[in-house]
Amino acid sequence: MASTTIAEPRHHLQAQMRWRWGEIAFWLATLLPFIVAPDYLLLASQVAIAALFVLSLDLILGFAGIVSLGHAAYFGTGAYAAGLISKWGWGEPITGLVIAAVAAGLFGYVTSFIIARFRHLPLIMITLGIGLLLQESANSASWLTGGFDGLQGIHTWPILARFRFDLYGYTAYAYALAALFVIFLGARRLIHSPFGLALRGIRDNSQRMRAIGAATHSHIRTIYTIAAMIAGAAGAILTQTTETVSLEVLGFQRSADVLVMLILGGTGRLYGGLLGAVVYMVARDQFSGLNPQYWYFWIGLLLIAVVVVLPNGLLGGLSLLTRRAKAEP
Amino acid sequence: MSESALAARGVNKRFGSLVVAADVNLTLPPGARHALIGPNGAGKTTLINLMTGMLRPDAGQILLGDEEVTALAPEERVRRGLARTYQINSLFPQLTALESVTLAVCERRRVAQTWWRRLIAYREEIEEAHHILGALMLSAVCHRPARELAYGQQRLLEIALALASRPKVLLLDEPAAGVPREESKELFAAIAGLSRDIAVLFIEHDMELVFRFASRVIVMVGGSILVEGTPAEIASDARVRAVYLGKATRA
Repeated sequence: MASTTIAEPRHHLQAQMRWRWGEIAFWLATLLPFIVAPDYLLLASQVAIAALFVLSLDLILGFAGIVSLGHAAYFGTGAYAAGLISKWGWGEPITGLVIAAVAAGLFGYVTSFIIARFRHLPLIMITLGIGLLLQESANSASWLTGGFDGLQGIHTWPILARFRFDLYGYTAYAYALAALFVIFLGARRLIHSPFGLALRGIRDNSQRMRAIGAATHSHIRTIYTIAAMIAGAAGAILTQTTETVSLEVLGFQRSADVLVMLILGGTGRLYGGLLGAVVYMVARDQFSGLNPQYWYFWIGLLLIAVVVVLPNGLLGGLSLLTRRAKAEP
Repeated sequence: MSESALAARGVNKRFGSLVVAADVNLTLPPGARHALIGPNGAGKTTLINLMTGMLRPDAGQILLGDEEVTALAPEERVRRGLARTYQINSLFPQLTALESVTLAVCERRRVAQTWWRRLIAYREEIEEAHHILGALMLSAVCHRPARELAYGQQRLLEIALALASRPKVLLLDEPAAGVPREESKELFAAIAGLSRDIAVLFIEHDMELVFRFASRVIVMVGGSILVEGTPAEIASDARVRAVYLGKATRA
């Protein structure tokens, strides 16, 4: 190591961001439902939506250390925005998705000014409060949201004026998967940028960030806004593919579910959340088939088991296994 | 150029009834190598916290060069050239040494907000970070996460992080705390080798190191400055002896 050249430090950083075989395999596997499980494409589209939502939470929690118990606020904002645009006569999905994401991002930006000033327990309470506030507002503003009955009269036009949303979920899954992949690429770029490094710095030691002159608050506002946009996009896809919106999109249950998915899969590694979404959604589908009333019992058990046995989530456990397998010849 | 790089003017601070800074006046000229000494609880770290903005004084002013910075947030002062290190390591445990210092360089150059470009495109920033680590003998371990570094290396990384902000004034809070004697001499040699454009104020308990590396010594007792002078003056000052050897002389 004595003859360290100038080029070498960059190579080491470059190696970290190279695409790995496991990643390519993961994305190829997302195409499998089209072939092996065409009856489950609607479920697959739900999984993709959940994965997108988890991705957005991972950006703030896993990378910047911002714990949120009210992330459904942004998911729901996107869902209602997409529904309203369609109800008011514009059912084109891609522009609808963008507008809904911007709406959620605006709400995220406004709330980020409060978020940036707090950490830890106060932050959990504030995000919880924002979630509850928004849900009750949507409930009482029934002239706009349809209140408890949900928003009626949503119709999504065919994608690119060609692909209709079919009963089997072909288009729905293809659409949700495409959106997930494109946004994932953006998130992957983000975490390997100087900004991504700054976020990891905030997560590791936000006090020290101030002592190196970092614009910590401004960083937090930026990532919170980006995460809100992504959550809004996920909500919009749910509205567009199911053509309904109910108050449940803003519910505390949804905020809790997304947190569970992320912790199950492993925080701070992008793929952890995606894996968590797959496992959680499929498990929920299976358990609720077996035992509709008590399926949260099994989710609870799974959550405790994972946190106790695998502190870094399922993905952390997987990478530990592969490292051991490599170490043993 | 102004005659002081950093100055405290009549700074007061109390926590309840405990006075931790009593009318402190201190001037650090450009390029200084000053030591701040005093018994435990004298208010040395508190004074650093007051000057860097981690604490707000009840009265008094902090001047950085000609500019008053008393009301500025810590990060604002860092951007104006006032950096510090911590007595207890305060690093980014999961970031490698190179990532940590690159981050600090990126923050200084205001590119840390960029999320659409890859970090590796920032060639100059990475090279500068690597250069800083090299000057502190950390190149060989620059790809190790900070938490895996040896203790002495972590102390050096503390300084590397502060240097990445290109400070005009560097406040070192017991840079060699917990480091074995032999290594602490190397560490102080690295500090002594810093550019003369940087004014350095360090807190240190080891008098041998203080007399060797400081051109002037400031003695603090009970929240106020007792005396300031050259190492020789301090060594022969009766009041300083009383503070440090109080019990011994009485015995």
